[in-house]
Parts: sequence; C-alpha cells; structure tokens
Amino acid sequence: MKQQELEKAKEYKYGFTTDIESIKAPRGLNEDIIKFISEIKKEPKWMLDWRLKAFSRLKNIKEPNWQKPKYPKINYQDLYYYSAPKSSNEKPKSLDDVDPKLIETYKKLGIPLKEQEKLAGVAVDAVFDSVSVATTFKDKLTEKGIIFCPISEAIQKHPELVKKYLGSVIPITDHYFATLNSAVFTDGSFVYIPKNVRCPMELSTYFRINASETGQFERTLIIADEGSYVSYLEGCTAPMRDENQLHAANVELIALDNAEIKYSTVQNWYPGDENGKGGIYNFVTKRGACRGKNSKISWTQVETGSAITWKYPSCILQGDNSVGEFYSIAITNNHQKADTGTKMIHLGKNTKSKIISKGISAGRADNTYRGLVDINKKALNSRNYTQCDSLLMGNKCGAHTIPYIKNKNSSSIVEHEATTSKINEEQLYYCNQRGLNQEEAVGLIVNGFCKEVLQQLPMEFAVEAQKLVGISLEGSVG
Amino acid sequence: MLEIKNLKASINNKTILKGLSLSIKPGELHAIMGPNGSGKSTLANVLSGKDGYKISGELNFKGENLKDVPVEKRAQKGIFLAFQYPLEIPGVNTNNFLKTSLNSLRKSKGEKELDSLAFLKLVKEKSSELGIDEKILSRQLNVGFSGGEKKKNEILQMKILDPNLSILDETDSGLDIDALKIIAKGVNSSRNSKKSFLVITHYQRLLDYIKPDFVHVLSDGKIVKTGCGELAEELEKTGYKKLN
Ligand SMILES: Nc1ncnc2c1ncn2[C@@H]1O[C@H](COP(=O)(O)OP(=O)(O)O)[C@@H](O)[C@H]1O
Ligand SMILES: [Mg+2]
Repeated sequence: MKQQELEKAKEYKYGFTTDIESIKAPRGLNEDIIKFISEIKKEPKWMLDWRLKAFSRLKNIKEPNWQKPKYPKINYQDLYYYSAPKSSNEKPKSLDDVDPKLIETYKKLGIPLKEQEKLAGVAVDAVFDSVSVATTFKDKLTEKGIIFCPISEAIQKHPELVKKYLGSVIPITDHYFATLNSAVFTDGSFVYIPKNVRCPMELSTYFRINASETGQFERTLIIADEGSYVSYLEGCTAPMRDENQLHAANVELIALDNAEIKYSTVQNWYPGDENGKGGIYNFVTKRGACRGKNSKISWTQVETGSAITWKYPSCILQGDNSVGEFYSIAITNNHQKADTGTKMIHLGKNTKSKIISKGISAGRADNTYRGLVDINKKALNSRNYTQCDSLLMGNKCGAHTIPYIKNKNSSSIVEHEATTSKINEEQLYYCNQRGLNQEEAVGLIVNGFCKEVLQQLPMEFAVEAQKLVGISLEGSVG
Repeated sequence: MLEIKNLKASINNKTILKGLSLSIKPGELHAIMGPNGSGKSTLANVLSGKDGYKISGELNFKGENLKDVPVEKRAQKGIFLAFQYPLEIPGVNTNNFLKTSLNSLRKSKGEKELDSLAFLKLVKEKSSELGIDEKILSRQLNVGFSGGEKKKNEILQMKILDPNLSILDETDSGLDIDALKIIAKGVNSSRNSKKSFLVITHYQRLLDYIKPDFVHVLSDGKIVKTGCGELAEELEKTGYKKLN
C-alpha cells in the first residue's frame, strides 16, 4: 500500500467520526492491507498478529468446491477489503432517488418511513433517532453488566474476553472463507452476558450504534457465561442494498454451564434479477459451542435473499446434557441457489439435537439441505431428530436432501424424516374461492408449511418474517 | 343474480355438463338434486371459476359475463362455494385464514380492513348465533376436523363472508341431525330479498329444514326436471331412476 494512504489512516485516528469519507484502501489482499485495517481499528498488536497468522495460512489453502451451487471464480485481488462508510454525496438524496421496486417492498412490509430511508441508505439524519433509542437501551444493559458493542470496541476494551474466545469455535485454520474472514474482518457484534444474568431484551444488530455498514467480512462473538440467557437477532426483513458481492461472515457462540443462546437470522440480501444477474454470495460460517453442561444453543434462520446461500450454522455439543437446535427456512426463487443445513457434533453424554428444515423452491431455483449428525463414541445416550421438508412450486426448480449420519455408539438414537411435496393446486383453489389472490394464497400456504420454524422467532420478528415469506415468492405461481 | 344458458363443460376429454340452463333471481333459493356422478360438483366448480374446464355457453352474474373472471374475482363479487370436501391446509390457523379472506373481500370493495379485535367480535357473534364451538377456529384449517366440523366451518365462513350467492355442495351429506340443523339455520338466517342460494343435495332430508323456491333434478349433465318443493318429496319416494 502507498505510504501516503497509511499516513492518511494515521491522521484518521483524530477525526474518526467526522472525516470518515475519504478513506478507501486500494484493491487487493496483502499484508499491508491487513495492517491498514488493523491500524484504522486501533487494534493492539496481538490482534494484528492473529490476522497475519490467518493470512499466511490463507496463502496455502484453497476454496472448497464440494457445494452444489457453483459460482464464477472470485478474483480476491480485485476486491476492496476496506472502505469507509459512504459519504453523503454518494448516497441517494431521498427515497425518490431509490429504486421504486425496493420502496414497494418496504411498503408491503409496513416499514416506517424513517426506517425505509435508513435501509435504503438515504443520507438523512434519521440515524440520530436510532442512536437515542440505542443509548437508553445501552444503559439498561450496562446495569446488568452485559457487554454489547462493536467487536472493534471489544478488542480494545475487553481484550481478555476476546483473546480467550475469538477463534475458539471457528479456528483460523478452519476453511478458506473462515480464514479469509479472520484475516480481514472489519467489524461485527460482541456480546458478553455475565453469570446468571438473563438478558432483559432481544439484542439486535439494528440497535447497535455504528452497525450500519460493517461490510462484507463481519465478525460476531457471543459469550453466555454460566447460567445466563440471551436472544440475539441478526439482520432485517427489508431487502438490504449492498455493493459487495461476497459476504463471508464468521459468527461464534459460546455457551458455558447452564447457559442458553438463541440466535435468529433473517437474511434478505439482494438475490439478483429475474434472469439471475447480480446478487450476493452469502458464504457465512456460523458455529456454536455448548461448552458447559446443560447448555443450549438454538439457531433459527429465515434465508430468503442472496443469489447463493451457503452456510451451516452448527453446534458442538461438548457439555454433558447439552442441547443444539437448528430451525431453518430457505426460500429460493428465480435463479437463486441455496446449499444450507447444519452440523450437530455430539461429544458429551446425553446430548440432544433437533433439526427442522423447510426448503421452498420456485422458478428455476435450486435448494439443497445438507446436514451432518455426528455422534461420538463417548456421547452416550444421545439423540437427534431431523425433519427436512421440501416444497416445490412449478417444475423447473429443484430440491435435494443430503443427510450425513455418523452414529458411533449404540446407546444413541438418530431419527430422520424427509418429505418433498408440490404446492397443492386444490389448496390454492380453496384460498382463491375465499377471495385471496394467488400471491396471498401462496403466502398463506407457505407460511403454514414453515410454521414450526416461524414460531421459533421472537414475536415482532415473526410477523415481519411471515410477510417476507409471501413477498419472496411473488410471481412464482402462474 | 345468476343466469346460466346452455352451459357445457368438459375436462380431460370428458363432457360432464351437457347444456344446462338455470336462472336464479335475488332472494331465491334453488335446490339441485341428482344422483352421484350427475355433474353437481362440476357445476359448483364451474360457477366458482375453477381452472381446467373447457366451457361453452353463457354465465352471467349480476348482469356481468363471468367468462375470463378468475376465481378470486368471482369470490370478491360475492360468489361463495361451500365445498363438498373442504381441504386441509396444515399450519394455517383457521381464524387467521378467515380474517385474511374477509379482509381480501373488504379490500376489493374499498372497505376498511377489520382489525383482530373487530374480527374476533364478529366471529364470536356468528358462531354463537349458529351454536358452533369457536374452538375449532383456533385449530389448523380443517386439519383433523371431523366431517361435521368441516361442514360447520364452511357454513360459518359463509355467515362471516356474507356473499350474495351461496353455493352449497352437499353440505348436508354425512351429517347427523344436529349438525344438519346448524347448516339449515345458517342458510335460513341469511335468507333475504337480496341473497340467493344454490343448494346442492343428494337427499331430500335437508329440504325438510330449508324450503327451496325451486327444485331441479340434474341427470347426466342436464336439468331434466324442475318443480317446487314437492318435487323433492316425490323424488324421495320414486328415486332418480324414474326420471330418465
Ligand atoms: N377432473 C375430472 N376428470 C375426469 N372426469 C371427471 C373429473 N371430475 C369429475 N369427473 C367425472 O364427471 C362426472 C361428474 O362428477 P361430479 O360433478 O363430481 O358429480 P356429482 O357431484 O354429481 O357426484 C363423474 O362421472 C366424474 O367421475
Ligand atoms: Mg359432488
């Protein structure tokens, strides 16, 4: 990197919030870029070393390519790894400058105007609204000793926690995208819930100050100390505008003795157009460790966006009696592709896991459930229940179920059920006869199909997600 | 209200309705009787606009040609069909379904949508009027309903959606006498000078409780006889065979 830009980065330290627009690292991936990111984030040396270690590892490994959806080769030297939030003059001036289709969707979702502006990236001071909400919110959490902040802040203020847990569930050597993220991640959330504290509210990225543009390499770390509970919401039902095609986030969860983490995601990134042009590659690594006895981690995901979704939120059930759950809805329409599922690794005794996956394909889309249930020799008396249901709309789409089961002891039981069905014309007719148009009818039936997953979502989120399910399938039935 | 002229309908290369004419005026209740396979359900389906039939002849509703009007638009114009075999829709709450349905109809008429509170009040009122246990409404739509519960649910929907023309396809079949009375009550309490009914039945029994203005006998896709209430009683005695 050019000396001059590094100088600029240093200057930056003094005017971090005011003069943010001018900084953009040049294209490409090299040690200088990583140093640049680390410096901008004012990171301590151990963090930079950690990143560099990941980077040197990255040079010796290749991208995986066993997944079903193939994608054109990504030129990693051609990407930007750091760019500051957009300046006001690059952003749309008002909602009138924003794609009307997007606005239409916001309206259907019933999103308030101020929020629409924020989501569409309109340059207004509406953000201040949410800042004040976030502040009162923060006070409440501080009272309980809960830490909820950008991970860049946690690296500075809570280095002992970050050092201890970062990379402890997803090692930097894990696989290509996880390693890439470890080298270049820009920001994300950090959560720590102290012993025996029940987090009094749903934590949502939406309320996190400075959360607006964490970029394509997000990093999240959530630690639930003994006897604590937290429910975390990621994402947002409204379609997110984003210029970056590749998203490779890492999310690590750690639950200690008797702790519980509930992690809910609604992912609705740009899926590309009807012809399959454009759209986000959502290659995310999410993994939780039930490290303590009687701990529980529950993943719920509603994946409706992105051109390609490729992720397996997983649970490592280390503690005896620990529980892992995975509830998933993956909707693919037009040319979208999803290869998603979970891994449940049973290590402790009496561990239980439950997998409920609902895949819906329409148009020319392709939807794969891929899951691994691995019950270790020592994980005596463990149980898994898996249910994978696929719903097809039309006959140009595809659904696949690929369950891998490794049960290495005879005291454990694995149950697997799978169904594939087509959307039933008679059901649609019944709904139409009651005055519902085709889209309303599809929305209703598909929501019924997904019910077991939707009801895992926190209340307000569930209502929005229900609408989203209908909207995602618009135009998919004749 | 409804004008049918020389209606023919076929599906899968089989002609089922073979030139059927029928005229129903506002306030009238017509009964259609006929043996199994005579085309009763097909008539109901065709009137509702169900896809897949090849149709000729004329179909007018409130003076408007229904050709090319899709199912949901016909429903919005005020045609309701109580199905012979109501479908199960897993995961869909019955109340929620009904509310969505009612609000779609209201929207299409430019009326304000009902909120949950107003809707529940309406449901309570209508179900207690008919003596239907509203508990079934908090279950998944028709899933695990008994035959009687399914039919009662259809009638409750009819009451709540308040259509201009109600078509009942063998709603009485397989019901015990108490359920039958509920169905009859649902119809009788809705009858007025603006509402019309087409009640399809296989048995005369229902007509002990619902007094039709006209009775038609359908046989092999055609109306072979039309009369007033007494025709039904006659049929009960002689059977359908004599008519052919
Ligand atoms: N989709 C279809 N394809 C072929 N034949 C059909 C179809 N639907 C109905 N039929 C036939 O048409 C005739 C009339 O059916 P239907 O209208 O259901 O009679 P009803 O209700 O009077 O018992 C029956 O012989 C039936 O088998
Ligand atoms: Mg029939």
